[in-house]
Amino acid sequence: MQRMLDWIDARFPLTALWKSQVSEYYAPKNFNFWYFFGSLALVVLVMQIVTGIFLTMNYKPDATKAFESVEYIMRDVAGGWFIRYAHSTGASAFFIVVYLHMFRALLYGSYRKPRELLWIVGCFIYLALMAEAFFGYLLPWGQMSYWGAQVIVNLFSTVPIIGDDLGAWIRGDYTVSDVTLNRFFAFHVIAVPLVLLLLVVVHLMALHEVGSNNPDGVEIKDRKDPVTGHPVDGIPFHPYYTVKDLVGVVVFLALFSIVLFFWPDGGGYFLEANNFIPANPLQTPEHIAPVWYFTPFYAMLRAVPSFMNSQFWGVLVMGAAVVILFFMPWLDRGRVKSIRYRGTLYKGWLAAFVLSFLILGYLGVVPVTVWGQFSEKIPLLGTADKATVVARVLTVVYFLFFLLMPWYTARDKTKPVPDRVTG
Amino acid sequence: MMNALARITGVLLLVLAGAAAGSESGAQLEPAPAHRLDVESMQRGAGHFVNYCLSCHSAQYMRYNRLTSLGLSEQQIKDNLMFATDKIGSPMISPMSKADGAAWFGVAPPDMSVEARVRGKDWLYSYLLAFYEDDKAPTGWNNLVFHGVAMPHVLWNLQGTQRLVETEFEDLEKAEAAVIAAKGLALAERVSGGKYMVKTLAVETPGAMSSVEYRRFVADLVNYLDYMSEPARNERINIGIVVLIYLGVLLVFAYALKRAYWKDVH
Repeated sequence: MQRMLDWIDARFPLTALWKSQVSEYYAPKNFNFWYFFGSLALVVLVMQIVTGIFLTMNYKPDATKAFESVEYIMRDVAGGWFIRYAHSTGASAFFIVVYLHMFRALLYGSYRKPRELLWIVGCFIYLALMAEAFFGYLLPWGQMSYWGAQVIVNLFSTVPIIGDDLGAWIRGDYTVSDVTLNRFFAFHVIAVPLVLLLLVVVHLMALHEVGSNNPDGVEIKDRKDPVTGHPVDGIPFHPYYTVKDLVGVVVFLALFSIVLFFWPDGGGYFLEANNFIPANPLQTPEHIAPVWYFTPFYAMLRAVPSFMNSQFWGVLVMGAAVVILFFMPWLDRGRVKSIRYRGTLYKGWLAAFVLSFLILGYLGVVPVTVWGQFSEKIPLLGTADKATVVARVLTVVYFLFFLLMPWYTARDKTKPVPDRVTG
Repeated sequence: MMNALARITGVLLLVLAGAAAGSESGAQLEPAPAHRLDVESMQRGAGHFVNYCLSCHSAQYMRYNRLTSLGLSEQQIKDNLMFATDKIGSPMISPMSKADGAAWFGVAPPDMSVEARVRGKDWLYSYLLAFYEDDKAPTGWNNLVFHGVAMPHVLWNLQGTQRLVETEFEDLEKAEAAVIAAKGLALAERVSGGKYMVKTLAVETPGAMSSVEYRRFVADLVNYLDYMSEPARNERINIGIVVLIYLGVLLVFAYALKRAYWKDVH
């Protein structure tokens, strides 16, 4: 065994890689609950790839056969329903895990120097994930798949001057059609997964270069044991965090299984009822809502009024809502990283941001008439849909969280940060 | 219990209020007394489906031999349920073509394979109870749950005929109270003059079945449609229970392993 390892090590740095990335990668010893979601995102990624491979064996990217082939998988392929539900539940699970992972970064300032690139690569992963989900959602070729894709591609058609050509270029046709399905299939199973995998590797390399942040926001590399040269508050990733993450993975799989086996529709949010109707280009559904993980942005899109006869402004706002994440490392001027030592200003803004995101997410799945209209007697607001007005206010709050960040983080009354990590 | 747990988890995950419900008219529905473990009800429902529905509605993703998962033998299926084909592996295809359906009814009768996943079983149950006579409709039939439906009441000789009862109310509050008091199929609609009309149904002429018999008939049919929309459902739930027990045991060991390794971390 040892001789074989020596043989490999002389030709490939296997042992060196194992040591530098796993068994001698020192991670802070004080990771809490929020630190499970990175490894869980990796688990979900692997699950999506494996179930995706098996789905591809029986799925047919053909407008006349796609819907049928999904039902074929659900009924006639041995274990097909399990693979399909694992993949559809996995899509939602991926976003839940990634949103919690990103929230962790906001809590503990994980995007701050020296982790700016790590954060930016993470933002690209989020973008790639959205593209992957969007392309994949067309494949079952149900009514929601079809009209959802129609709506999203039409967003690009609102771009001034080149819009119509851009839309046709994306679809490969003048409407969403078989051509569109074929290219979306290609993007979903090859192009975007390759990008996603590459980005994940870069994300992990960047993480292992700078080292993990922790709930105290203290750099453990600043205090090394003079004898061993290892951080005094660090422990090797393996075996400590491999066994700890294993517990997290088992708990996650249990929650995942509850949905997969007992609640695969997710109450109509993970699998929408209208998507069990085959795509019909001649019949627009009454209410088109994207899948839940896009709804905060969809609510913003709907909230922005048309201006100069163009809906493009809403698209710009929606795009800006994602792009602004990239600037986080430079918007935050706080003296401390972790929320544990931040003052009330940051805590308040973070709470307002999270609430805005959740309520916008809710408003994105319901019709704008959900809360009725303001009475005609109220000036300015009279007869406007209440939900639209609320969505506008929350969209502003969402952006203010970022735009005012340089100001309120610098002014915030922070607490002193300890020299070493606590508990 | 499991269902409740799943629901709570979903709510926690999504933090979303309100459920996505939808039906054409927004009528108050009756819950379908159908249960996923009542296999005999599904067997009867399969019989009703091939006798009353299949002449117009296909179930093109459902194969006859899949009905063996309802405890029927292939011979029983061949003898009692197969009128449109003689191959046990064939899907349930209606003898009426889509083009004929579109020509005769204005719209081709939809495929029933996954209809229960689109509508929900309560909707289907209520829909089949909600036909009433309407001289203005092309077929002479209308439906309280699906206004202006193209389908005629094919089960009328079993159920008998119903007529629409309309009561006017001054405001929405009273109308909604009347809908709740109806304890069944009822619909409140805004009419001109800011008033509200509550629509309910009343028996006109009795059919071959009593009301109780007809409801049981429809419940069996809906139970079958629900099964057909996802034939693997019971298998899925049974496997799920085993998977959760396995993960529970694994969790004990995983946690013990973590505790053992972390003993020396302070």
